[in-house]
Amino acid sequence: MDNSIKMRSVDLEVFYQDFQALHGINLEVKENHVTALIGPSGCGKSTYLRTLNRLNELIEGTSIKGQVYLDDISIYEKDVDVVGLRKRVGMVFQKPSVFPMSIYENVAYGPRIHGIKKKNQLDEIVEKSLRAANLWNEMGNRLNSPAARMSGGQQQRLVIARVLAVDPEVILMDEPASALDPISTSKLEELIGELKKNYTIVIVTHNMQQAARVSDFTGFFLNGYLIEFNRTSELFVNPANKKTEDYITGRFG
Amino acid sequence: MGKINWKDKLITAGFWLSGLVIIAILAGIIGYVMIKGISSISLDFILQPPSKAGRAGGISTTIVSTLYLTLMSLLIAVPIGVGSSIYLEEYASSRSKFARLVNLTSETLAGIPSIIFGLFGFVFFVIFLGMGWSILSGSLTMAIMILPTITRTAQEAILTVSHEYRENSLALGASKWQTIRKVILPSALPGIVTGIILSIGRTVGETAAIILTAGSSLGMPISPADPARTMSVHLYILAMEGISTERAFGTAFLIVVLIIIINYLANLSLQKLTQAMR
Repeated sequence: MDNSIKMRSVDLEVFYQDFQALHGINLEVKENHVTALIGPSGCGKSTYLRTLNRLNELIEGTSIKGQVYLDDISIYEKDVDVVGLRKRVGMVFQKPSVFPMSIYENVAYGPRIHGIKKKNQLDEIVEKSLRAANLWNEMGNRLNSPAARMSGGQQQRLVIARVLAVDPEVILMDEPASALDPISTSKLEELIGELKKNYTIVIVTHNMQQAARVSDFTGFFLNGYLIEFNRTSELFVNPANKKTEDYITGRFG
Repeated sequence: MGKINWKDKLITAGFWLSGLVIIAILAGIIGYVMIKGISSISLDFILQPPSKAGRAGGISTTIVSTLYLTLMSLLIAVPIGVGSSIYLEEYASSRSKFARLVNLTSETLAGIPSIIFGLFGFVFFVIFLGMGWSILSGSLTMAIMILPTITRTAQEAILTVSHEYRENSLALGASKWQTIRKVILPSALPGIVTGIILSIGRTVGETAAIILTAGSSLGMPISPADPARTMSVHLYILAMEGISTERAFGTAFLIVVLIIIINYLANLSLQKLTQAMR
């Protein structure tokens, strides 16, 4: 597996009005690997995740210093097309939020807005995406039923299928399992393991066991600083920083 | 324990009674109107134009005028109202002075009595712009009157659409407008239609403002420049000038039926629209 860098941030700082949420973050996300971001609530890990597809811009009064690169493109340059960026960097949120449409229409939503109109082409994308999200066997014969009727775990996998349908390169996940039961969570983790063959994944999680199970690299955030970043196997067994050790051994957070 | 239970039962009974009062009032009014009005209802009453100032004939021209004027008012008010609500909720910054001014204006407009809209419509559309008493003057006046209702209800409806829909849609690379058109508006549609139904009720029921702007001609309106008499205006004149109480009740009965039909059609088209937009 190649070890090239898919995304990286250089001296990244984020401000909400006067409040500085992130301080000089330098982080590299390796292609076809899972990178986990951990830390207590309010540490800046979700804020960081949202800088990677410029979704933080939706909040009024946000400003940014430093750079974020996707391959060689600096994504905060003026001439960067946000739509194109978000097509390449997809995102899965904390609460599975399916649109009030059928299962089929949910998955076809992305391809449709990006201009794919042919029915057979859409059919193909929908099937491929649902298969990749391990949902085809359960839902393949119920494509026209409302997505809202599925269970929470199925909805979250549908959201992932919807993201896969626009054919992204990177998938950001913001605590994707926090609203799921243990069985759905283990299915989701299994899926993440399969997805990294074809995609680069950055996952924010509250759950340290989850980070340890699914990720190859882990970054520990605290109060807006990236305290430590290392191979997951290294960071959890042999943390270099005292604060990291305190956090992963459960002394605070 | 026994005491608390009694109190609870008493309060429950009180709420139940107030519910009963509402049902009784509604049933009473509709029942009374039906009993008094049903005797003058016939196919001729619906299909024939009035003659002898409403003493004889039917009320067909007033039914057409009512539908004509209501439809025109909606055609003017709905695009502006829904458009401004989209602007206020989706595009305007929460600190924008212009947005606050638009909000304040629509709140104030909502509280103004209809006769004042009528007076304004009379002076501005009928006289100053020379439109005369006409469907057009009446519709423009009614459009101004229902605009705040449509804007406010559409705003509320858009506001209640989950913020997560927006984030998810934008994160898939949708533009703001695509997100609004494909996710937000379909979800907000039931609320928007509620505002439209309320507005229809207000337009169909309005008298003062319409007499001042559309007049009270009994002729059949063809062009928007023609004057017209809506059913409520007809009812008012029949009763007020002592022309025929019986026919006034007949008209009242048909107004109630018309409103029920319109509400039914609005709900039906809502279902179809929601399916089509998805």
